[in-house]
Amino acid sequence: MILSQYEWQVICLSIKIAGAAIFFSLPLGVFIAWLLARRQFIGKSLLDSLIHLPLVLPPVVLGYLLLLTMGKQGVIGQWLYILFGISFSFNWKGAALASAVVAFPLLVRSIRLAIEAIDPRLENVARTLGASPLRVFYTITLPLALPGIFTGMVLAFARSLGEFGATITFVSNIPDQTRTLPLAMYSLIETPGSEYETMRLCIIAILLSMTALLLSEWLMRWHKKKLMS
Amino acid sequence: MLYVNVKKRLPYFCFDIEHQFACQAITAILGVSGAGKSTFIHLINGLKKPDHGTIVLHSTPLIDTQRHIFIPPEKRNIGTVFQEALLFPHYKVIKNLTYAIHNSMHQKFNEIITVLNIGHLLDRYPSMLSGGEKQRIAIARALLTNPQLLLMDEPLSALDMPRRQELLNYINKLSHEINIPIIYVTHNINEAKQIANYVAILEQGRLIDYGKTDNILRSPYLTNWL
Repeated sequence: MILSQYEWQVICLSIKIAGAAIFFSLPLGVFIAWLLARRQFIGKSLLDSLIHLPLVLPPVVLGYLLLLTMGKQGVIGQWLYILFGISFSFNWKGAALASAVVAFPLLVRSIRLAIEAIDPRLENVARTLGASPLRVFYTITLPLALPGIFTGMVLAFARSLGEFGATITFVSNIPDQTRTLPLAMYSLIETPGSEYETMRLCIIAILLSMTALLLSEWLMRWHKKKLMS
Repeated sequence: MLYVNVKKRLPYFCFDIEHQFACQAITAILGVSGAGKSTFIHLINGLKKPDHGTIVLHSTPLIDTQRHIFIPPEKRNIGTVFQEALLFPHYKVIKNLTYAIHNSMHQKFNEIITVLNIGHLLDRYPSMLSGGEKQRIAIARALLTNPQLLLMDEPLSALDMPRRQELLNYINKLSHEINIPIIYVTHNINEAKQIANYVAILEQGRLIDYGKTDNILRSPYLTNWL
């Protein structure tokens, strides 16, 4: 199957947007996951619910909320534009932000489960050996949570690839800017006589998602094997 | 000298101890399961905080709730060996040992390795070791931080009988060849008899008796126990 220029453009844009979404949300995701797994604090249940909200909210609602807060005239967006010249409106950065928000709960959930599965006594031992909490995190918690982090990244990446509602509401459906795989498919479905092109994109989407899942499985096995060797 | 004057409410009783321990050679903390032995260890190494009280080691306050002093575990310079070895599974033995090696201990590295007979294990991962080997490495790892006090929380409880005797011999050797005070928690009187110079008896979070091993082992409390 030789890809057309349009298909290449859509695939590259989708990977760029999903990749950016995961790359920039990963540090915050790891921190929040660690906070929820290891710390007790007032408002923990509230934070937990807020993190999981995108899983149950209609994506269109998320897109609308992003428009109100992060758009060029939004509560936060206008300041970001004035102070740093950053704008999320109708460009790929906005699409990445929408993807990141929608995929964030999956990222946090996987990493949190991985951190909770680590014996906390290992972290205690490290502290009695003189390691600061930060060093314990980098040398014990993070390496042992790696399989969960990989899983979370892949799940979030796959979710980002499939993101539709929040993206189209927040940054519209602009070719070469915000038209990712699902949006391109939607445009083709709306165009009479494009059944063949739609099916091709459908197969590409399945192949991309399968590759991501297989890669995650392979990385997890490799890590497990390394631990057991 | 280790001065302990702490109170901590636990689910079934109140841990309440005020005593000055000699903090030399090996002191065994003896008590049945649930007597508060592990709480005692965790209060000293800083993994638990008391509700009220003071712990002073060699005239340095580790915690003083009235003066809001709390030295975190990583700054107490107290080594701890737990019931299970708890080696870091993603590091080889050598990396486990050097995880927090103190500068002054590089020269003593070989000595500790020799005393505990673990030189041939350095290149292995923890999953490739027996229970006894793991526990010897856990002891060496704690010693290499050059602690001013070594706490051992029932280090033999997860081992079978032959391994227990083997490790007891190593601990005995350790206290003679590497001069370090050890607080050794156990519920086994024979272990205390074999290695301890002093014995403290804990029951329901209270110190029942403390003194030289020979005297304590003749106490009426232990006679009833035996």
